Amino acid sequence: MSATDNSLTHAYPVAQRQDALRAQHAALFMPIYESHWRAIIWFILAMALFIYGLMSLGLTFARLYGGIGELGSMVMRMLPPDPGRFNAYLYAMLETLAIALLGTLAAAIVAFPLGFLAARNTTLNRLVQFMARRSFDTLRGVDILIWALIWINVVGLGPFAGVLALFMADLGIFGKLFSEAIEAADDKPVEGVLSTGGTSLASVRFGVLPQLMPVMLSQMLYQFESNTRSASIIGIVGAGGIGLILSEQIRTLELQQMSFVILMILVTVSVIDFFCSKIRFSIIGKRAH
Amino acid sequence: MNSLDLHSAAYAQAVALKRRQLVLGLLVLLVCVLLSGHIAEISYSKFFDNIGAFSSYISRIVHLENGQSVLSDPAEWFWGWKKWLALMGETLLMAYVGTLLGATAALGLCFLASKNVTANTTVVFATRRLLEFSRTVPEMVFALIFVVAFSLGPLPGILALAIHSTGALGKLFAEVVENIDMKPVDGVVSTGGSWLHKVRFAVLPQVASNFASYALLRFEINVRGAAVLGFVGAGGIGQTLLEVIRKFYYADVSALLVMIIATVMLIDALTERVRHKLLGQERNS
Repeated sequence: MSATDNSLTHAYPVAQRQDALRAQHAALFMPIYESHWRAIIWFILAMALFIYGLMSLGLTFARLYGGIGELGSMVMRMLPPDPGRFNAYLYAMLETLAIALLGTLAAAIVAFPLGFLAARNTTLNRLVQFMARRSFDTLRGVDILIWALIWINVVGLGPFAGVLALFMADLGIFGKLFSEAIEAADDKPVEGVLSTGGTSLASVRFGVLPQLMPVMLSQMLYQFESNTRSASIIGIVGAGGIGLILSEQIRTLELQQMSFVILMILVTVSVIDFFCSKIRFSIIGKRAH
Repeated sequence: MNSLDLHSAAYAQAVALKRRQLVLGLLVLLVCVLLSGHIAEISYSKFFDNIGAFSSYISRIVHLENGQSVLSDPAEWFWGWKKWLALMGETLLMAYVGTLLGATAALGLCFLASKNVTANTTVVFATRRLLEFSRTVPEMVFALIFVVAFSLGPLPGILALAIHSTGALGKLFAEVVENIDMKPVDGVVSTGGSWLHKVRFAVLPQVASNFASYALLRFEINVRGAAVLGFVGAGGIGQTLLEVIRKFYYADVSALLVMIIATVMLIDALTERVRHKLLGQERNS
């Protein structure tokens, strides 16, 4: 083969060399519409749907152009950020964090026992496991903002509804994640504890929990981060937190104060992310991605 | 003191240290929780007084106005299915267009955010900060602002989804690009290829299937997002959902929720199949 290659590159004139290469690698020299015709059809269909979407949803160039002009002038009016009623914003931000913390924690505490019911290896029977899994799916399928609207009907406007909304959505997420962690737990430490004469309680405490705790804590920290973001928007529908202030500001067009509040959210989210990854680092002992 | 005693003493010390840290951590957490409970106006009496209202709410949304269960008369339950299906279609289309716009923008930006493809560190830094900004601002906040600039309708919703997707996908795409095999890149550069040649012929073939898979994942997320963007007037089924919840049309609430959940599950199942196929293709090639 190397001899052939050699002759290909040196002995023949260019045109002949190309012909020989074409013959050797016929598939590579096929015109693209022959070799990738499926991909091309998919691409055309995708583009057709895209263009249909643009037209049916009213994404015309004129509207886009006008809107971008308006957006540009809005951005100019947002600058510089104005701290306005700083204390009120700070309190709303604290309320946001409080909602996120309580929602996450309450959901984790309730999901812990339920996770065992939804895990294949610790459940009571298959029906219970199936029902638990489907319940978690349903809880997760309903968006946090929808849960917030429902809880506002029950406990009224305010942060409490927000806590309960995060609780519902997180219960679905934790239920799923915890049960997966339980299923992934190794049996051997349990056997080890039992073989040294430990009780079944001891086998859970020293065999299972040490495997689950780091995973669950790190999932809780991730969820807390994500909930900080969610809690900052649920105020838009009236469930407490800084979102309420944001939606008021956009309605009254207090744009300078609004940009300050947005910056405040960004800074808070980054700080929370930073501390959560620190804590996760100290729990797991390595940087988790 | 023999070595066993030394070991057990060291062990006891280590355990005591861990316990102290645990207790301290729990105390800090407890203080935070109590403070949070106060700030978030947690009220057990309100909760337990109204928990009945929650179960009655749930029971009301699964009953028709004549008191029958919704399952007894599906036609009556889904009385507005034509209108709702059209809205659901609009929601899906918003998610699709938003994802495609976002993925295209992310595709353009991700190479500029990858250290191994773009040598200019200033460009890399600036692109990364831009992507970070567009994924940290929640899409609801973008939607709120865009509704004012572009007026009500699906357009602000699509733009909000597109910008958020650009940020989220741009980061993921850049991570994929940073993990590619650099030999093809060296090959193209050594034959005198430009930056564009490098990206097109050395980088893109290695990352295309991963990119498509991430974009599909994002589409899933955007379908959920698009379903609630209507809460701020940014198009899709959310507007109608908000109306029926606020106006207490109980059976409609459950009908719309069932519709949204079913659609989301269907999309999840479909995209998962396509993603498996894509990633399988990559392994085979």
